[in-house]
Amino acid sequence: MSTRLAKGGRLINRAAPVEFSFNGKRFRGYEGDTLAAGLLANDQMLVGRSFKYHRPRGIVASGPEEPNALVNLGSGARLEPNQRTTTTELFDGLESTSQNHWPSLEFDIGVVNNTAARFLPAGFYYKTFIHPRPFWKHVFEPIIRRSAGLGKAPTTGDADRYEQVYAFCDVLVVGAGVAGLLAAKAAADAGSRVILLEQTPTLGGRAPVDDTEIQGQPVDAWLTAIEADLAARDNVTIRTRTCGFGVYDHGYVLADERVADHTPGDGRPKHRLWRIRAGKIVTATGAIERPLSFAGNDIPGVMLASAVRDYVTNYAVSPGDRTVIVTNNDSAYHTALALKSAGLDVPAILDAREVADGALPEAARAAGIRVLTGKAIAKVKGSKRVNGVAICAQAGEGAVQEEIACEAVAMSGGWSPVVHLWSHCGGKLTWDEGISAFIPDPSRPPLNHDGSAMVEVVGAAAGDLSLTGSSVAIPPVWVMPQGAPIQLRSKMWLDYQNDVKVSDVQLAAREGYQSVEHTKRYTTLGMATDQGKLSNINGLAVLADALGQEIPQVGTTTFRPPYTPVTIGALAGESRGEIFQPLRRTPMHEAHEKAGAYFEPVGLWRRPYCFPRAGETHEQAVHREVLNTRTNLGLLDASTLGKIIVKGPDAGRFLDMLYTGVMSTLPVGKCRYGLMCNEQGFLSDDGVVARIDEDTWLCHTTSGGADRIHAWMEDWLQCEWWDWKVYTANVTEQYAQVAVVGPNARKLLQVLGGMDVSKETLPFMQWADGTLAGFPVRVYRISFSGELSYEIAVPSSHGAAFWAACVDAGRALGAMPYGTECLHVMRAEKGFIMIGDETDGTVIPQDLGLDWAISKKKADFLGKRGQERVYLASPDRWKLVGFETLDGSVIPDGAYIIADGTNANGQRNVQGRVTSTYYSPTLKRGIAMGLLKQGPARNGEVVEFNTVAGGTVKARVRDMVFYDKDGEKQNV
Amino acid sequence: MLILECPYCGVKADETELSPGYEAHLKRFGPGASPEEFEAYMFARKNPKGVHFERWRHSYGCGKWFLAARCTATLEVFGTYSSQVSEPPADIIAKIQARRPGWQPDGKVTK
Repeated sequence: MSTRLAKGGRLINRAAPVEFSFNGKRFRGYEGDTLAAGLLANDQMLVGRSFKYHRPRGIVASGPEEPNALVNLGSGARLEPNQRTTTTELFDGLESTSQNHWPSLEFDIGVVNNTAARFLPAGFYYKTFIHPRPFWKHVFEPIIRRSAGLGKAPTTGDADRYEQVYAFCDVLVVGAGVAGLLAAKAAADAGSRVILLEQTPTLGGRAPVDDTEIQGQPVDAWLTAIEADLAARDNVTIRTRTCGFGVYDHGYVLADERVADHTPGDGRPKHRLWRIRAGKIVTATGAIERPLSFAGNDIPGVMLASAVRDYVTNYAVSPGDRTVIVTNNDSAYHTALALKSAGLDVPAILDAREVADGALPEAARAAGIRVLTGKAIAKVKGSKRVNGVAICAQAGEGAVQEEIACEAVAMSGGWSPVVHLWSHCGGKLTWDEGISAFIPDPSRPPLNHDGSAMVEVVGAAAGDLSLTGSSVAIPPVWVMPQGAPIQLRSKMWLDYQNDVKVSDVQLAAREGYQSVEHTKRYTTLGMATDQGKLSNINGLAVLADALGQEIPQVGTTTFRPPYTPVTIGALAGESRGEIFQPLRRTPMHEAHEKAGAYFEPVGLWRRPYCFPRAGETHEQAVHREVLNTRTNLGLLDASTLGKIIVKGPDAGRFLDMLYTGVMSTLPVGKCRYGLMCNEQGFLSDDGVVARIDEDTWLCHTTSGGADRIHAWMEDWLQCEWWDWKVYTANVTEQYAQVAVVGPNARKLLQVLGGMDVSKETLPFMQWADGTLAGFPVRVYRISFSGELSYEIAVPSSHGAAFWAACVDAGRALGAMPYGTECLHVMRAEKGFIMIGDETDGTVIPQDLGLDWAISKKKADFLGKRGQERVYLASPDRWKLVGFETLDGSVIPDGAYIIADGTNANGQRNVQGRVTSTYYSPTLKRGIAMGLLKQGPARNGEVVEFNTVAGGTVKARVRDMVFYDKDGEKQNV
Repeated sequence: MLILECPYCGVKADETELSPGYEAHLKRFGPGASPEEFEAYMFARKNPKGVHFERWRHSYGCGKWFLAARCTATLEVFGTYSSQVSEPPADIIAKIQARRPGWQPDGKVTK
């Protein structure tokens, strides 16, 4: 059994015991433990079930490369799935539960998959579930979804907060092992501003575990000295518990600091995301030990040799009384010596090499350990935990020569430098024959903005394994024994988390997969949350062998950020809830809230959709607002309307290019409706333009279009007509605007008093400056409803007060505020188009019957050439018309007009679609506008729209002005 | 995430401050242009692996459009310059040629 040793443990504080739970069982550990160490100290070898076969799985590693030991951490609003026990620091009260099993970890029904494993090879899902089609959706997928998968997503919001910080430095060092510390010191000595990141809570990396000497000093003394040295410098910032997980363009690095994972609820942010811009990046990310591929290498108790000595040395945890070592290199001998000096038994070291005569093997022999060279594991014995190994010759096919009883197996297949950060921005790799690993090629680095090398790699990450004791050559051992038959190869796991075995990769190769990228996706090798940190090199070596190619020829899959999973909370930072995105509120927003408005988002704005009264549905409120506006008086907050000032000697000429109509001839004091198109000729925005003075125009845009249109104007002025003398200013938020609409509109303005708004002084499509009730106003006599209507602009600071004045004075005139839906219904009754409803980026003004707003005389305007394209002149284009259902019902939103026959895909042909459809309270029936093939030419024809419920609804084609066609209502 | 120096305000701007604006030095074709000319202007944009001229706007800064010469493969930036020129200026060409010996500006740059 695995247990806590009586003494030792460099990282644990025995004076500070902590209690934690796993699947409801209460365990004891110490401050400084990882959860994995705490579980092993309590003999919890079995910690989870595998993804596909539900095989029992234990802890393999001691760092972020761990594929198996993932748990649900915490509960309720602090539940986090898929947390790595090997990087989770233990704290008092920690709750954890295992994942992916049913009904229990010890007894899992899904393990039938295991006995049926030979029927679940690579690509099984693709091969089996293709036919019959409906079975996938209704039978296979629900079953697979229940049996596969890892942790469960939390169902409540996250109780914690996260923050983000920006940082800048000359040199960023990622990884604070010996190489990283030396790099940081060298950069600091040179006067650089240095940031040093370390993913674990302590500095020093692996060196103290292996008890080596650094620069002639014992490693602990050396570490103490350099830590003190760096900490004392003003130009060095050290962040522990901070993983630099991604390198991006031009020296940009993201790092995740686990601030309060180990102190939940203490008020600090849980994580802090560092956005670092570095002049140069040094990666000292070390190397990760590789597993060996032998039968049964996934049974709980089989661990990486480096992890075994981490647990013994750092946490005083024994994986078992007897540990067999299996290796192809010298570094695993450290583990044998560490176990021995902790008083534990090492029955044998199985070394796949024929000769092992380095200093470490000799030290092991001198310690009395049996070293067997040329040997391999034929098979690991046990199911939920190891109880022995069968030994064979590495050169053979697995004939068992001897069996050794043991509780743990420590394996080492060599070391893979962590090259991820080097590779994120395109740093290239080269295959190192000496250590059988990919290492960064310094002659092909990722480049910075000036073409210089952006990343430098030092230490084990660069292939320098001298500190691990593995500097001597590591011969490749990809399958153990080398001639293993299929019975053994189908029990050799490459990817523990995704259940990919040696036999799966070989099958993929036999089925014709040659690219490592395709093989990865077909077998799912390396696609789990550990992203193949343990499995990728072993997997591609097996693939290369199966294809009869060299490993460098096969190459690696692409390394992409993040290096380890990053919680979405850290990426979101403070951008949650109310501050997820900026909210734009008009000056009258508070008054609308008090009036009980129901708001809808319009871009970043929030606009009242309607003002429901007690007991009213939204629909009833909208109908009341429409009828009241048409018979009495309605008040609309139109402040969100885009307002752009265009000014200068060439402003008229510029607007003539921008709009399809002519704006330069507009007299001062008058308004004109205008359309803007993009260069393809498609309608982009519309609005009323007012001529303010000789060289000033004010352009109204749609509420959502103000920023876009302003940017569009600037684009042409700065990049095409830069010699034209024109200034633009987006003054949308400088003015609050109130639309006073309805038969009593003029009366309200007269009650407010201060200026002449009579028909004679201020006729339709004119504007005037003046005062109303003492407010400085600009009154535009324009209408989007068909009623007598004034849009009154006041400086924003007066907006709330002016709105209140209108509401107060309007009460006696029957005034009611109305919202955007009422606005939509009234404009549809009048046949006015709405950008985004009648247009979708493929519609030209001519399609909408707006030819009258397009100048025939102008030589050029934006979109003119685009509109001259021959197919846009086709009579078969879908053109705008009105529709009246025969039964008076409302056509569903988005409905299509069906045509005879079907298309090549067997879908019903269509000949048009609805663009605006409403119940008209004024006409007491459904009204609609839509685009129909040949449109107006088919006036009077009856067409059929499909409906969501199935079936169709018949409607008669008509003109699109349903209300007051002659405009008598607005022109009074 | 790129850094480009705005030639107007001098700020070394993070990509999040900028808006991309596709290929630089396009010649506009309006009414009277042949279908081929209009198609080339509207749709046939260059997408080279290597030296490329682009429009960027310092949207969340000074608001100015500027042009950038950079390598789309290595992300090396050769320089940024005013949008109010019809072709890459000589000093930018010289900077590119210093880093990419033998590189010649595209003969089709006409505006």
